[in-house]
Amino acid sequence: MRALRWFALSVGAVVFLLPFAVLVRDGVGGWSEVFSDREIPLVRSLLNSTVVAVGQTVGQVVLCALAGYGLARVPYRHASVVLYAIVATLMVPTAVTFLPSFVVVSSLGWLSDLRGLIVPGLFSALNVFLFRQYFQDFPTPLEEAGRLDGLTVWGVYWRVVVPNSRGFVAAIAVIDFIGSWNQFLWPLIIAQDSSTWTVQVALSSLLTAQNPRITLLFAAATVSILPIVLIFVVLQRYLVRGVTETGLTGQ
Amino acid sequence: MRRSARTFWLFVGPFVAGLLVFTYVPIGWSTYLSFFDAHNTVAPTDFVGLANYVDVLTDGEFLGSVSTFTVFAAFIIPTTTALALALALLVNRIRFARTFFRSVFFLPFACSYVVASLVWKMSLFSGVDSGVVNTVFGWFGGEPQAWIGTVDPPLYWVVLVTVRLWLQLGFYMILFIAALQRIPGNLYEAAWIDGASPRQAFRHITLPGLRGTLIAVLTLNLINAYQAFDEFYNILGDSRGYPPFARPPLVYLYYTSLGSGGQDLGRGSAGAVVLALVIALVTLLTGRVFRRSQ
Repeated sequence: MRALRWFALSVGAVVFLLPFAVLVRDGVGGWSEVFSDREIPLVRSLLNSTVVAVGQTVGQVVLCALAGYGLARVPYRHASVVLYAIVATLMVPTAVTFLPSFVVVSSLGWLSDLRGLIVPGLFSALNVFLFRQYFQDFPTPLEEAGRLDGLTVWGVYWRVVVPNSRGFVAAIAVIDFIGSWNQFLWPLIIAQDSSTWTVQVALSSLLTAQNPRITLLFAAATVSILPIVLIFVVLQRYLVRGVTETGLTGQ
Repeated sequence: MRRSARTFWLFVGPFVAGLLVFTYVPIGWSTYLSFFDAHNTVAPTDFVGLANYVDVLTDGEFLGSVSTFTVFAAFIIPTTTALALALALLVNRIRFARTFFRSVFFLPFACSYVVASLVWKMSLFSGVDSGVVNTVFGWFGGEPQAWIGTVDPPLYWVVLVTVRLWLQLGFYMILFIAALQRIPGNLYEAAWIDGASPRQAFRHITLPGLRGTLIAVLTLNLINAYQAFDEFYNILGDSRGYPPFARPPLVYLYYTSLGSGGQDLGRGSAGAVVLALVIALVTLLTGRVFRRSQ
């Protein structure tokens, strides 16, 4: 039984690692030219992806944590109505909003504009919900001590609550960053001009082109996953926590 | 305004404002567009009533894509759930190298659908004899297959299903591991003392302990399956566009409303509304069946 378990796990591990091995193997020949080749705007698209992912992660965490704290801790008569209005949007699948959001973004003149890639994704109802739950369990004595020292609610939030919530913020931020870096449909629609392509769009347009240059493509793809693999290795503790927190709300 | 109300909006206001502009307005606008003839315009004047809905609901392509994806969901959801649970149970049972195996199965979560599509399309399931899967087939005396390049039999489903499994299993496995670790160990000790077999312990302790997570995994899976886009677009699409088969609803909506052959936003919006209702209905039904069977 035990041997069988080890056998199953080992075979599984080989199967799961094989695609990464193939990715690296097939890209070796393209490494020397991957940054200089004109056909794929790799440097530009990596830069765009970085701006989008960093902007989206920071913006999302700041906005959603604020809202989550307000909902959890600031007494207000209509707070439950606001909470319902936020949570209700979780029922609407993104598949349904991508088209109308495109319409809104194009009316704002944000097509082929990094703002159009970043801003609409900032308002994550799921994140607000998670932060609210987290802040509800935040130890009140810490906040009370801050109030006694003469801080306002706003002051307590920034000087007491946030510094003591780094682990949770990191967990949410890691998930947001990976999601943002890897997202495809939204940038495909919005970044119509190649100067605003994210790295996923750049790879995809090369992959679906006529006679794709496969070696170059594999080399570029390898470069594109390096930042996330690095995050995965260094911040896995937070990542696992983030996944657990995010997934359980599905209930 | 009372002070506390002002403080509340100081915290919540920025988010709510954004949610209104980027979620509520789009939903309202799109519902509005779905009743108009909105070719290449977002401010239509030609009210057409339910014509867009009739169009969409009588369009064989749309119906075909929704029903194909109901079959897809019916297959991929139980498979993903069962395999993720199996991985979680395996990883959770070993002591040595547990973190290593957990990381290995979770690692594909770091990979984008685009990159995975590239690997699956151009290397693993490449139709040439030297494609990775064809090579392995060859060792066992199998014939090389075209995989994506052939419709009969529709082997492209093998490619699409395996890439999705590879990308998603680790995520759900993590959820199951977390749930397994929340089950108190003394329950198993008590069962062992009472002479329960491992099978009985699994049936009466593990499964009930996983119930909430199972429902969560099924729901997440369901919503994801209908929203499949990335790997379909990248694996099946090429310079000639997207083939007429295996079209996910999102690919249909994408080409209807944003494709080069005239942007029909009214019809696209009607399709989006119908799709939302389908997803809501299936989620509701699954939830009900699942709860009753417990």
